[in-house]
Amino acid sequence: MSDKELRVSKIKDGTVIDHISGGYALDVVKILGITGREKRVMTIAINVPSKRFKAKDIVKIEGRALNSQEVNRIALVAPHATINIICDYKVVEKLEVKLPKVIEGIVRCVNPACVSNSDEPVSSKFYVKSDEPLVLKCHYCGYILEKADVLQQL
Amino acid sequence: MPNVNFQGRDIISIEDFTQQEINYILDTSRSMEPIAKNGSDMLKRKILATLFFEPSTRTRLSFEAAMLKLGGNNIGFAEAEIASVKKGENLADTIRTVQNYADIIALRHPLEGAAKLAAEFSNVPIINAGTGAEEHPTQALIDLYTIRKEKGKIDGLKIAVIGDLRYGRTVHSLAYALAKYNVELTLISPETLKMRREVLNIIQTKIPVAEEPNLEKIIPQTDVLYVTRIQKERFPDAAEYAKVKGTYRIDLKTLKNAKKDLTILHPLPRIDEIVPEVDATPQARYFQQAWNGTVVRMALLALVLGATK
Repeated sequence: MSDKELRVSKIKDGTVIDHISGGYALDVVKILGITGREKRVMTIAINVPSKRFKAKDIVKIEGRALNSQEVNRIALVAPHATINIICDYKVVEKLEVKLPKVIEGIVRCVNPACVSNSDEPVSSKFYVKSDEPLVLKCHYCGYILEKADVLQQL
Repeated sequence: MPNVNFQGRDIISIEDFTQQEINYILDTSRSMEPIAKNGSDMLKRKILATLFFEPSTRTRLSFEAAMLKLGGNNIGFAEAEIASVKKGENLADTIRTVQNYADIIALRHPLEGAAKLAAEFSNVPIINAGTGAEEHPTQALIDLYTIRKEKGKIDGLKIAVIGDLRYGRTVHSLAYALAKYNVELTLISPETLKMRREVLNIIQTKIPVAEEPNLEKIIPQTDVLYVTRIQKERFPDAAEYAKVKGTYRIDLKTLKNAKKDLTILHPLPRIDEIVPEVDATPQARYFQQAWNGTVVRMALLALVLGATK
């Protein structure tokens, strides 16, 4: 670990979400439904100098391992993030966040007139047209959703 | 014969069709002109269900007339109020029931994506007869058929579309359709009713598209002027409608500098966007569109039901 990354202290058990695009850590926290009132140690670093990106954000959550649905959610706001599951100060699992080509059921269509928002036995479905900037196209009504539309639903 | 096959296919979005397939539908429509006058039994013992969850005059009547002219029969409803929907049934269940009674379903629905959803649940073909503010693919085919009939071609034309480009479903389908040809498209609308972004994104990559607020400026070069109604029923706010109501009015003064062979089209119904004095001009071709609507729908029904190849 470089000196610069040491700005953020190590955690014993939990999850480190690294390589979040600079400035999006708070959105990642929000999409995971974390309010900060969970009585859990959490560290958020914003705009840390990075080799891969000019600046990156890091989120460290003590005592919580993410499931695959949560990893998919992160992909919507931080498509290049890496997720390290930490056990006894060691990385036991590294998960690469990758947006699937089709996203089902995580976000809903922002078009109020879309049939997927009505009482039909289907879940929302979007095609990922671009991951950065995020562009989703609704399978049903063709509406385009951007990152701001996803963030608004959090 | 071109490599096209429509039998059993859903007609959901004009985007699902290639130019070759559209041309084939237009050619088949032309071959339906004498049959529309004399009748046929091509679709004898076939049943079309017209499920119209929104009010409609010409689309439903023209689908039903098309089916009758081909010797088929119609069942269906014209108001969601009297249907099982009133009892709270969802669209998926209605479709799964009606598919047992009919060979093909024409669906009009207020929600966008409804035709796509219906097709996912149906084992008989679905024809989108207008979904919300989204699409109206059979109207776009009628518009193309009318343009080709009036002008003898589609390629090379300068086409202007004026009115409600945000909520007007016919212009969305027409824009997708025109983008498959070699045309120049000008879009004229009030600022708040500009063409939907998702449509614009697609058509701009295919053909030259200009957004121009001033009709007078472009009318002298225009070959086809497509006028649409401001879609009052789709406005979320009555005050917003009041602001744009009557923004455009096509009258004889508007047409002063127009080409002699300009073609004026309108999917109808109109309110006040084309004044009645224009109806008598040779340029006004919107009532001919109604006849064309029947022959194009006859072609679609015959192709999808495999009565003609």
